Amino acid sequence: MSNNKEAFLTPLNRNNPVTVQILGICSSLAVTAQLEPALVMGLSVTIIVALSNVVISLLRNTIPVRIRIIVQLLVCAALVTIVSEILKAYAYDVSVQLSVYVGLIITNCILMGRLEAFAMANKPWASFLDGLGNGFGYAIILVIIAFIRELLGSGNLFGIPVIPQSFYDFGYLNCGLMLMAPMALIIIGCIIWVQRAKYPDLD
Amino acid sequence: MEHALSLFVRSIFVDNMIFAQFLGMCSYLAVSKNVKTSFGLGIAVTFVLVATLPINYLLQVHVLQPGGIFGDMDLTFLSFILFIAVIAAFTQLVEMVVERFSPSLYSALGIFLPLIAVNCAILGGSLFMQQRINYSPDDTRAILSVWDSIVYALGAGLGWMMSIVALSAIREKMEFSNVPKPLQGLGIVFITTGLMAMAFMCFSGLKI
Repeated sequence: MSNNKEAFLTPLNRNNPVTVQILGICSSLAVTAQLEPALVMGLSVTIIVALSNVVISLLRNTIPVRIRIIVQLLVCAALVTIVSEILKAYAYDVSVQLSVYVGLIITNCILMGRLEAFAMANKPWASFLDGLGNGFGYAIILVIIAFIRELLGSGNLFGIPVIPQSFYDFGYLNCGLMLMAPMALIIIGCIIWVQRAKYPDLD
Repeated sequence: MEHALSLFVRSIFVDNMIFAQFLGMCSYLAVSKNVKTSFGLGIAVTFVLVATLPINYLLQVHVLQPGGIFGDMDLTFLSFILFIAVIAAFTQLVEMVVERFSPSLYSALGIFLPLIAVNCAILGGSLFMQQRINYSPDDTRAILSVWDSIVYALGAGLGWMMSIVALSAIREKMEFSNVPKPLQGLGIVFITTGLMAMAFMCFSGLKI
């Protein structure tokens, strides 16, 4: 029981997939200029990681070792196709904004990393929790970055202006650089800095 | 010819896989500790891109799109599964062939090949190619034929290799600098990459 709890909780902070395991960086940079796509991306990845973890964990004793990567990729690809079709049907605008990055969830390293490291060696329920935990850990970082970038870059949150007009009248300007991709890298760098300063035992 | 040349230059500098589109970041950060290995990985990525992109282009045009061998059926929703299967099968094949015929190359390249199947740059290349097929022929980014897809793959691969070699060279030098303790290791690498990406932004205004 405590193992299951640990599998769910450690990825949220001390074993975060993005800042500690350094997995799934590509998509966390490209989709974080605004909160909405970042949130959708985080949720999609959570669902896909959890479900593919379960599927691979159920199949773990029947997959031949030599072709396991192909099997894992195909399971992921099938799940991603389903999610991408659902997004196109119910959230078309967001799916256009995310463009190829939905498809790239297949090669998101979090997915392969968890499948290799956890699902191949554990029971389905524990794998499900591990998938959820890692998905949420990823989503949290995405939301933090998107919050900072959208607030400072365009003065909005979820597309709603939050910085009062009087600030602009006073001479406040949005920082356009925040919307550019390089700032996402620097923000992740700073998050890692803060986290390591707080937990010096992390390597 | 002119189109191919500008597509090539654009895909190296303007649409650089790492700095403009953030693809292949995981191996980019993990394997860039020294110049020699990152050079090897760069070669492997370029090779796999050049080999798989034309295959996926032909699949997209002749099988998945309406008007291919299945008549008017639109099968593009199957593209993720098909593309990744091609890439994974190809890397497995290359690994086995190289292992059999050139053990020295295998020991240099071999460890990277399984990594490459899950490198986002490879699948990303195919997915961008899928988008670019529909661009108008005047657009320098459009991919209009198999040759264009090979040129794009070569440019994207070389651009990726250039970025990883540059970062690893900086990291080798950075060993000797005095970085704050919590920022050591990955933190500073992220910030360095961010600064490099900013420098690369100056190419984005390039008109070719």
